[in-house]
Amino acid sequence: MIANFEYFAPKTVSEALSLLSKYKEEAKMIAGGQSILVVMRQRLLTPEYLIDIKGLTDLEYIKYDEKQGLRIGALTIHRDIEKSPVIQKHFGVLSEMEGNLATIQTRNWGTVGGNLCHGDPAGDPAPVLIALKAKLKLVSSTGERVIDMEEFSEDYLEVALGPGEMLAEIQIPTPAPHTGTAYEKLMVMKGDMGVVGVAVSITLGSKGSCQDARIALSNCSSVPLRAKKAEKVLIGKTLNDALLIEAGEVASSEADPPADVHGSVEYRQEMIKVFVKRVAQIALEKARAA
Amino acid sequence: MKGEMKKLKFTVNGKPCELEVKPETLLVDLLREELKLTGTKKGCQVSACGACTVNIDGKAVRSCSVLALQANGRKVTTIEGVAEGDKMHPIQQAMIDHGAIECGFCTPGMVMSAKALLAENPNPTREEVKEAIQGNLCADAGYVKYIEAIEIAAREMRGGH
Repeated sequence: MIANFEYFAPKTVSEALSLLSKYKEEAKMIAGGQSILVVMRQRLLTPEYLIDIKGLTDLEYIKYDEKQGLRIGALTIHRDIEKSPVIQKHFGVLSEMEGNLATIQTRNWGTVGGNLCHGDPAGDPAPVLIALKAKLKLVSSTGERVIDMEEFSEDYLEVALGPGEMLAEIQIPTPAPHTGTAYEKLMVMKGDMGVVGVAVSITLGSKGSCQDARIALSNCSSVPLRAKKAEKVLIGKTLNDALLIEAGEVASSEADPPADVHGSVEYRQEMIKVFVKRVAQIALEKARAA
Repeated sequence: MKGEMKKLKFTVNGKPCELEVKPETLLVDLLREELKLTGTKKGCQVSACGACTVNIDGKAVRSCSVLALQANGRKVTTIEGVAEGDKMHPIQQAMIDHGAIECGFCTPGMVMSAKALLAENPNPTREEVKEAIQGNLCADAGYVKYIEAIEIAAREMRGGH
């Protein structure tokens, strides 16, 4: 059973932040609770104070304009991202990723910010957001700062939130012209955590060669991992199958995947190769069509 | 103070409900233990099986993965709130008529997932029906009958079209 705690349900973001600055490391925030309640039930986490921010509707929004890009409030539920027409139109990969994130029941209550703050390297949103060059706005009672998504995860279930800080917003720039982004994961059953997951973003230059590339992996390290050496295999080249295969091999050598009931280290290393090639191919086709 | 009871005010099956709860209480336990609404089943308790599915503000949610206090100010519907008196809801009736019930343990969760689906989408495709109950495990693998029954109910609720 869950250990007891003192419960607060602040009505505003500033009220939530003042509670957080008061109790610091002894406090935890709960949004949809789809991850945190699992670790609380296992008593991996026994906070003295629980600050329930699920009701802070100020942080539930999806805003888009071409210049600013996409802004997603941290408490936006997964299902709203999946179903958002503006996201489907301009950031289709986010909607596709959400469609395979757990089940509708989980997506109806769980929030994207909660997922990111849980810091599970097997989570789906983080690698896609890294591929999309997303930034996160973190707020505290003394101010705010914006950091790159790829700097946010520090270790297994550990993220770069300081004491008194909370995630407020995800900021995604409008991709450069001729950019395609894709995400796929190896699932035993639809909606499962990926055995491995791969996000790839490819930007083509005017002559059709690869101007920019991003590759991010889930469940392949203690954090969502950006495979920078694999990106370098693609950047500046006219892409072909051999290069995509090589990028997969390099990404696999950069990864440090776990072994568990779903797959050994060696199996995951092989699957990274398969998925990097497969997903890069999809991203490339999307970039050509964009 | 730690362990202090907190006030919870919400609507259950259309009735306003006000009570004091321990903050660590999960919604499924409040429904079953305090309110004696035992139609909502407790299966895996780790958000895997869907037997505890209820509707919160009309959406299918797993009550084992929600703190009871998070239902504050919201409308919760359980399987007990689906029929109108003795008259079964079309989803329930279709499941009975179509034989979409094996042992019955997953049935309340299936009904609640289907109810939320049809409220949002009265004419779902087969893929959409499957997706709606993808998070509801049936140990008897009675999925095909469930899917067909939900489609029959959808047609019935649309007035036979």
